[in-house]
Amino acid sequence: MSLENFLLVGAILFSIGMYGAISRRSAVVVLMSLELMFTAVNITAVALSRYVLPAGLIFDPSTTSDLVTRSLLTGHVFAIFIITVGAAEVALGVAIVIMLYRNRETVFVTDANQMRH
Amino acid sequence: MTMHDIYLLSPELSLAGLATLVLLVDLIVKRKSYLFVLTIVGLAVPLGFTLALLGSLDGASMMENEGVLRDTLVVDKFGLFFKLLLISAVAIVSLLSIDYVKRFEQFQSEFLVLLMYSATGMMLMASTKELITIYIALELSALPVAALAAFMRDGRSAESGLKFLILSGISSALLLYGMVLVFGLTGSTQLDDIAERIATLAIYTDQPFGSYALLMGVVLMVAGFGFKITAFPFQMWAPDVYEGAPTPVTAFLSVASKAAGFAVILRVFYSAFGIEELSIEWSAIFAVLAALSMTIGNLVAIAQRSMKRLLAYSTIAHAGYIMVGLAAVSTRAGSGDSSLGISAVLFYLSGYAAMNLAVFSAVIAISNRINSDAISDFAGMARRAPYLSAVLAFGIVSLTGIPPTVGFIAKVYVFGAAVDAGLEWLVIIGVLNSVIAAYYYLRVIKLMYLSEPPSTDSIESGIPLRLAMLVTSAGVLLFGLYPTGLLNFVKSAAQALLSTS
Repeated sequence: MSLENFLLVGAILFSIGMYGAISRRSAVVVLMSLELMFTAVNITAVALSRYVLPAGLIFDPSTTSDLVTRSLLTGHVFAIFIITVGAAEVALGVAIVIMLYRNRETVFVTDANQMRH
Repeated sequence: MTMHDIYLLSPELSLAGLATLVLLVDLIVKRKSYLFVLTIVGLAVPLGFTLALLGSLDGASMMENEGVLRDTLVVDKFGLFFKLLLISAVAIVSLLSIDYVKRFEQFQSEFLVLLMYSATGMMLMASTKELITIYIALELSALPVAALAAFMRDGRSAESGLKFLILSGISSALLLYGMVLVFGLTGSTQLDDIAERIATLAIYTDQPFGSYALLMGVVLMVAGFGFKITAFPFQMWAPDVYEGAPTPVTAFLSVASKAAGFAVILRVFYSAFGIEELSIEWSAIFAVLAALSMTIGNLVAIAQRSMKRLLAYSTIAHAGYIMVGLAAVSTRAGSGDSSLGISAVLFYLSGYAAMNLAVFSAVIAISNRINSDAISDFAGMARRAPYLSAVLAFGIVSLTGIPPTVGFIAKVYVFGAAVDAGLEWLVIIGVLNSVIAAYYYLRVIKLMYLSEPPSTDSIESGIPLRLAMLVTSAGVLLFGLYPTGLLNFVKSAAQALLSTS
């Protein structure tokens, strides 16, 4: 497997997520599409982290082993943070969707158009 | 994490601590107004720490641009400038919301707490120099705002919160994709390392930005940050969110969120993509976006009937004016003072904070009483509420850019920087836009002073609101008449940013 395969999967997944987030009516599906986009970014981050030599190692040959581990794991750490924040985002999103449902009896974003100048 | 690190991070830590304290005290006290006193008095602590850090920087007892927590955060004058701005904005917004949030009854403290957590995220945004930290700070500032926008729990407010959350989610996904591509190209998330690595990369002259990967990364990052500053074409959310959200939240969004967005844009683009070949290219992107944001914001604002929507479009237009400074920054032709554009942006942001908060405090005072934010309901307001109308009119005059207000000086400074950078066409568009803006701004003043009021009941406002109006309009006038002090501070902040990169 080469790096391109992973990048391609990431790009395709990101595009699917973007399409879903823009075109779907249901707010719940939009939130799912958002997760898809975050997952695509995670795949790209981890793949790049595995295949690309970290800058810290190129510039300073006398790096400590601590720094080596740190640089090698950057992409993974990035992915973990994205997953965590994404979870928080969806939790808040679902809470707001439930509130919208209580007010309007709908989860369709197309119906959430009370504000028109 | 040593004691010294804690000292360097003390503004953010103390603000987050204050928020938690307010949340706890809420469990004990019955009268919620004490919480506002606690918040506003407590904000003196982060303010004091920020001033102390500034003092240590000046007194050379601390290294310039010192990195904190493995160089993910940095303490420099640029970051401290934004911390001062954000703390003042939080203080004013808390003053504005005292009367407004009474309708939330037992949830008043949560309103304040979310406001302060969001401001903590914004303060971190102004001082990060590492991509992952930037993302975390950005989300820390955005998620509480989504909750705040939905705070009224009615249909409109829920709609506003949902729109903000979804669009901010999409924009942060774009931003993340851009960040990951830049990380993949350079192998580092540290802005300094990225700059170093880009300088050694082979630049393909037939590809924009030297390589398509970098082009994608930069464009996606512009999209992600563009959402924060409501730049065209990422401005669609602003009018709906601004209209549905509680008005103090709207004020906070339009001032603080925008300032933090510009802080992080300046930091990223100057530190990571600061080399000359790149800055010529990205400044062209910002120049085009600036022209479009100004024009679209101003043209659509003319047709608005709601005061909050009018201010939303005006905020888009002002994002355009500020981006003129962003575009002017990088061309580095002209007088050779490369910090001119940055300091113009910083000056405009502080002036905009003062004048926009003045306008919002008057609008909150009026529309909270008449229970409407339709512009037509402001007719004849000068007779019903002379002082409130005077503050509103003064703020609007400053937004238009008429002397002797800070809005005039800020515009002159931004356009001056653009001329210096050889962007005369952008200045012409900017000046034309100011004329369009004058039409719909002055129409509001005309309506307030020359129309017949529908009723003659006078409108009273509480002491906190009056205090907020006094402070903000004093700021508008003082910075307009004596801008030198602020200008010097802004210049040293801009130079601090350049010396980091």
